[in-house]
Amino acid sequence: MLTSILEQLINGLRTGSIYALIALGYTMVYGIAKMINFAHGDIIMVGAYTLYIGIALLHLPVIPAMILTAVVCSVLGVLIEKIAYKPLRKAPPLAVLITAIGMSYFLQSMALLIFSSTPIPFKSVINLETVQIGSVHISGITIITLLVTTITMVALTLFINKTRAGSAMRAVSEDRGAAELMGINVNKTISMTFAIGSALAAVAGILYICQYQSLRPTLGALPGIKAFVAAVLGGIGSVPGAMLGGIVLGIIESLAKAYISTELADAIVFGVLVIVLLVRPAGLLGKKKLVKV
Amino acid sequence: MAILKVTDMAVNYGMIQAVKGISFEVEEGEIVALIGANGAGKTTTLHTVTGMIPAKSGKIEFDGADITKVPAHKIVSMGLAHVPEGRRVFAQLSVLENLKMGAYTRKDKEEIERSLANVYQRFPRLEERKAQLAGTLSGGEQQMLAMGRALMSHPKMIVMDEPSMGLSPLYVSEIFKIIQEINASGTTVLLVEQNAKKALSIANKAYVLETGKIVLSGDARELMNDDSVKKAYLSE
Ligand SMILES: Nc1ncnc2c1ncn2[C@@H]1O[C@H](COP(=O)(O)OP(=O)(O)OP(=O)(O)O)[C@@H](O)[C@H]1O
Ligand SMILES: [Mg+2]
Repeated sequence: MLTSILEQLINGLRTGSIYALIALGYTMVYGIAKMINFAHGDIIMVGAYTLYIGIALLHLPVIPAMILTAVVCSVLGVLIEKIAYKPLRKAPPLAVLITAIGMSYFLQSMALLIFSSTPIPFKSVINLETVQIGSVHISGITIITLLVTTITMVALTLFINKTRAGSAMRAVSEDRGAAELMGINVNKTISMTFAIGSALAAVAGILYICQYQSLRPTLGALPGIKAFVAAVLGGIGSVPGAMLGGIVLGIIESLAKAYISTELADAIVFGVLVIVLLVRPAGLLGKKKLVKV
Repeated sequence: MAILKVTDMAVNYGMIQAVKGISFEVEEGEIVALIGANGAGKTTTLHTVTGMIPAKSGKIEFDGADITKVPAHKIVSMGLAHVPEGRRVFAQLSVLENLKMGAYTRKDKEEIERSLANVYQRFPRLEERKAQLAGTLSGGEQQMLAMGRALMSHPKMIVMDEPSMGLSPLYVSEIFKIIQEINASGTTVLLVEQNAKKALSIANKAYVLETGKIVLSGDARELMNDDSVKKAYLSE
């Protein structure tokens, strides 16, 4: 029994850390550009197909294929912002929201046109033996996922808090106008945020596809929406919040699936979101606004 | 020579013209006051000068260069800093991080350290609280931080938008004293104020703005004795 709980917790941690990587993209973009980028989930899908192209069609070695994936996703993220969102900087939020949803469908339709709706099997490129600690089994992909997400999150946190570009991001997310007065190029900062968020989605996409091993044009939708929930759960705009939200959500989902019901798991996840937002409307780590007159 | 020269500048918000073709000059080394009632267009004027909003027409020259179309983020490195209305410090950043943001466009680490030492000398309170989040500072301390942050860019000129707003009388005097000190150390100042009496008392020259137009200008001391100014802006 204990072994089973531990294994479920580790599974939850694995899915949760993938949600967290994706949630970081939502939350960083929200912090800087004050919008929900609903096309973010589909970047995962683009990442998965890019990895497939790199490995199965271009016969690239694994690491170059992964780098290609990250680059393609970053460039795509920046282009989406420049083409679809930037012209709407001063538009009402609803117009931006609808554009983002449209962009999501656009990406899915493009994938449908190019790859058709028939799922493409994909063999994991991460092949590591299962490790046994005591009576607990941990799969190789789980170990890699936890390792990669931990390193990524530590690096991101250091970047945001310790570098000049990271400070610029924090300044822009607080007060775009005041940041401009400091000499910060807001457009560049927004582009950089989309690039980083999309690169994180690419990493998530690689981990995700190595787990599920099947490519479909809609594969980004579900992890996308779950990660969005995770970002809101943690407090949209908060970077530690996205990490915590993702992991909490992954664990709840995994435990609910194992001990309550697979069918009800998603309902439970969303139920938790509703309860958390009732108690803490800003999310677990959401910022209370500090206002001084 | 005028370090800032604004000629026939007009600014619109949609169909509404907030600034209706104004001209003014700031000489190097001066303190110039821009006074006027709520909604006269003072903030709009400063925002346009530092590129935050585009001018509809007219010309803005700073330090010999035409800056009419220069975007806001390129202004500060030209030597023009802006202390915005309502201070707008970065609440979630520490005092020190805020000050470092002020030096964002500067490269030389040693010079930045020297500016930081100067700012701490002028505002010892900021050094005591350098690790504190800016949002938790008092209003007066935030004003000092906003001024210190502007000084961190080592500007030739600072525009300040109502630095005394919402401060207790003691703090107001302190802030005005500091503005004089900043000016004495060689920085030109364009000062927007509702507190006309204080502003005129430290300024060399002043302009009076009324519903988007300059209606009076001249030597600050003379304006202080002008009957219409006395009646409209100096009555207690
Ligand atoms: N973003 C905006 N959109 C539309 N109108 C604006 C905007 N900002 C200012 N205005 C209008 O422009 C006019 C000038 O405003 P401005 O803020 O420049 O005045 P001000 O002299 O700084 O006033 P105060 O002393 O109250 O700060 C006002 O009538 C104001 O309503
Ligand atoms: Mg104003």
